[in-house]
Amino acid sequence: MQIAHDILLRSYRSMRTIRDFEERLHVEFATGDIPGFVHLYCGEEASGVGVCAHLTDTDTIASTHRGHGHCIAKGVGVDGMMAEIYGRKTGVCHGKGGSMHIADLSLGMLGANGIVGGGPPLICGAALSHKVLKDGGVAVAFYGDGASNEGTTLESLNLAMVWKLPAVFVCEDNGYGEATGAAYACAGTQKARAAGFGMPYLECDGTDFFAVYEAAGQAIAHARAGNGPVMLHVHLARWYGHFEGDAMTYRANGEVAEQRARHDCLKNFRQSVTETSLLEPTALDDIDASVKDEIEAAVKAAKNAPLPEPADLEADVYVSY
Amino acid sequence: MTDLITPITMPKFGLAMTEGKIAGWNIPSGTHVDAGQEIADIETTKITNGYESPASGTLRRQIATEGETLPVGALLGVLAEPAVSDADIDAFIARFQADFSSGGAATTQTDQAEPTLVSLGELTLRVQDAGQGTGTPIVFIHGFGGDLSNWMLNQNTLSTGRRTVAFDLPGHGGSSKNVGDGKPATFAATAAALLDKLDISRAHVVAHSLGGAIALELAKTFPQKVASLSLIAPAGLGQGINMDFIEGFISADRRKTLEPVLDYLVHDKTLISRKMIEDIIRFKRLDGAVKGLQTIAQSCFPNGRQADDLRPVLASFAGPAQVIWGADDEILSPDDAKGLPETIKVLILPAAGHMPQLEKAADVNAALTKFID
Amino acid sequence: MSKKSFRQAINEALRQEMLRDPRVVLIGEDIAGGQGGTSGVVDAWGGVLGVTKGLYTEFGPDRVFDTPISEASYIGAAVGAAATGLRPVAELMFVDFVGCCLDQIMNQAAKFRYMFGGKARTPLVIRAMYGAGFNAAAQHSQALYPLFTHIPGLKVVIPSSPYEAKGLLIEAIRDDDPVIFLENKVMYDDEEEVPDEPYAIPFGEANLTREGDDVTIVAFGRMVNFANEAADRLEKDGISCTVVDPRTTSPLDSATILECVEDTGRLVIVDESSPRCNMATDVAALVAEDAFDALKAPIRRVGPPHTPVPFATVLEKLYLPDAARIESAVRSVMAYKKTKQEA
Ligand SMILES: Cc1ncc(C[n+]2csc(CCOP(=O)(O)OP(=O)(O)O)c2C)c(N)n1
Ligand SMILES: [Mg+2]
Repeated sequence: MQIAHDILLRSYRSMRTIRDFEERLHVEFATGDIPGFVHLYCGEEASGVGVCAHLTDTDTIASTHRGHGHCIAKGVGVDGMMAEIYGRKTGVCHGKGGSMHIADLSLGMLGANGIVGGGPPLICGAALSHKVLKDGGVAVAFYGDGASNEGTTLESLNLAMVWKLPAVFVCEDNGYGEATGAAYACAGTQKARAAGFGMPYLECDGTDFFAVYEAAGQAIAHARAGNGPVMLHVHLARWYGHFEGDAMTYRANGEVAEQRARHDCLKNFRQSVTETSLLEPTALDDIDASVKDEIEAAVKAAKNAPLPEPADLEADVYVSY
Repeated sequence: MTDLITPITMPKFGLAMTEGKIAGWNIPSGTHVDAGQEIADIETTKITNGYESPASGTLRRQIATEGETLPVGALLGVLAEPAVSDADIDAFIARFQADFSSGGAATTQTDQAEPTLVSLGELTLRVQDAGQGTGTPIVFIHGFGGDLSNWMLNQNTLSTGRRTVAFDLPGHGGSSKNVGDGKPATFAATAAALLDKLDISRAHVVAHSLGGAIALELAKTFPQKVASLSLIAPAGLGQGINMDFIEGFISADRRKTLEPVLDYLVHDKTLISRKMIEDIIRFKRLDGAVKGLQTIAQSCFPNGRQADDLRPVLASFAGPAQVIWGADDEILSPDDAKGLPETIKVLILPAAGHMPQLEKAADVNAALTKFID
Repeated sequence: MSKKSFRQAINEALRQEMLRDPRVVLIGEDIAGGQGGTSGVVDAWGGVLGVTKGLYTEFGPDRVFDTPISEASYIGAAVGAAATGLRPVAELMFVDFVGCCLDQIMNQAAKFRYMFGGKARTPLVIRAMYGAGFNAAAQHSQALYPLFTHIPGLKVVIPSSPYEAKGLLIEAIRDDDPVIFLENKVMYDDEEEVPDEPYAIPFGEANLTREGDDVTIVAFGRMVNFANEAADRLEKDGISCTVVDPRTTSPLDSATILECVEDTGRLVIVDESSPRCNMATDVAALVAEDAFDALKAPIRRVGPPHTPVPFATVLEKLYLPDAARIESAVRSVMAYKKTKQEA
């Protein structure tokens, strides 16, 4: 498949940004400066980025508690995100939402979500808007293997078929919901679940950007063309605990190390594009350097940013009251 | 000059006491007090007690203010003769406070032994083991619904020069809830087994209420173990028993219903503290606690009367024996102390109810010390 | 008796009841953890905050059931199991997730007994964490006890300390009705003396943690601790407060609340749940109706503003009631003078 130069560069930059953003959070969290729950997307970057590469600001995504990657992939700025995670007034949600609720509706980012299975029904609604308003948009629900067992998810698959919605259900299957393996918690297969609703199903290796890009391209094109929803099953691995502080005793020794060594989407991307001379290594090095600065600046700015003010507490509960 | 100055410090009434509150000073600053005179009321979470002056002299300073809560050992006031200068007293106070804050508080912690659990076959008993020395040990046996804290104002005082043991009877406090048939003789066998386990071959027995009946059973079956008997408001010497107390104690499950029942225990009703009520409610909530009390009540007080007449045991007990009773006891009548053989000392304490060892701790301690030494 | 944390007290209650009654089973997400994992370690979590740790190891897979992330089905399964012979203790993790399974609680469990003409018993406990102060933001911080209290057929428990938690949870497990048992997540490391033996604290019986003459403070859950703190400070200034911990919002010990207000004539209510239609409004209505004559000052409610729970620490601090706010509410009712001439 031919992928335009600028898309490759943009995608690499997105994945690198997510990686650096998350690894930096991992370090900063340990210092005790970051409040609340933080769920990292390290290792899963290619999924969000490969899907969002096909989307514009008109399209909508719904994310999960593990939402930083989806936000970055959909174009939310790291300054505002970092400030949000630090609980600052300059955060995308003015410090009122935190890591689990980063959202920017102007970019079609319907929010990270603290409720597992919260996204798929919302995406049916977003897809309904796109369909009724005829704006050509597609709505994409990211949800985990764990979330695939929520009634809301299963009901949404059905509803999307019944209404023939321009929706894509991206099941990000990293093998675990918290500390419980999908091997225990998911009966049957995602493929059979899609088939049960008569929904087209695609699957791909989520640590391979090109595989995701290609599969997502097909799924989104199908939905955008008015042919109804598609399930895209993305096979992934997460590199850190469920949330920061999880010792992951339920995972075999070496499992993550193996992932990092063999299935690092960034390393593999670099290898692939340089071997085929699609991109120069220096172009990637430049991106790496610039992302590093960007994250550094974001952390610095967040730490120095003003805190919310007392009046913010009662602001924005309603549009009008 | 400092040997003429006596610090008055927060006393330790019970083994578990770590702090106390000055409920009120009974003597204004500048007045002369005699040794033994009650100079202040000290309130602990369990009880309010008069604090007797450790020495004679003029109360030169009241350092603790009324309502103040202070740790055991903290300076409450200073006694000295008028001749001692104010400057000397100030210097004394400054030194005391410096010492106390640097290390005093820590030392009061160490002598505060926690009760331990002792296993006797199937049973586990909570035991407060205190004191050491060559004197014949003392064992304390509490009554129906009580526990070893009933002796909190007595055990410490009597622990000079001898070992003393207080324990929770089966079904009480922190001991196992299995009371067997609930009869005094059964509890006496347990007490004897505990003494064996603790390597105490012979002890002075100080017993309260139903514990009195248990002590008498002990004296009957294991006379060699009993050096003397001090029976405080004992059961076993008459037939009457306030069944409103027994039944109320068993059935009351909240503060409001329990408080009037506990009022029967004392002459001065203000002694029944929130903490005391709360502790009893907490005990009664434990699985099996109420059932144990019911079994004991049925065995010991069937048909509203005392089941066992142990007067003959007391009459024929070979060792020294004394009976102490509050004149205003509303649970077991002090009349039960009438008509005992003359060799048995009887002390009736005025203005005291069923628990003179708490209400008139100083008098009871004095009587025990004198009798046992 | 030994010092135990709120977490240990709850764990011990579960354990002792499981030992006592083989029908008691635990159901929830990651209450063991590690099922289907690649290391073979099970009981990897023992609950997100470690409350059920060790119970899977001790009681095994026939008593402790990890679930898929499917609240509607596993909470519903607990309801169904309760109606048919088991005595499940289901864990909903954060009470906010009740949104995913409210039907099974509200329309099923709560209604069986009445709808079926008194013929059903649903001995079910649903444990869940509630409360702000953890920077867990709007979807993981709510204090939803008024929601459950509102539903006839449910009993609702909010323990305020480790001792209370153990006794109330044992009572909840032995109770034959559906009970919602709410644990404040900020309190798990709080410690106090807790008996080693099992004991049950009856429902519908308020606990007075302080007794005073001037003001009655009714507080719920964690707020009881703040109320005690405020009462202790106020006592130094000669203002003596009664602090009432109702323990259960359903049943509610109205008699004790009314008696305390009769004695003191002033009432401050501290409730960390959202202020509209919450326990504070409920208690205020009760007192306004049944103890109006005793009141020497208007009733004051101390609570959060009518907003979702904010994330940022500064905002969350402003949001939650604390001892200082309780103290100033008490001072304000003490300072109140009737201005209008009595008719
Ligand atoms: C309704 C609901 N139930 C439970 C949770 C607690 N929870 C947060 S994340 C998570 C696991 C989700 O697993 P999965 O969907 O596979 O996403 P992953 O964490 O693997 O990205 C759970 C159980 C929640 N937030 N919402
Ligand atoms: Mg997952």
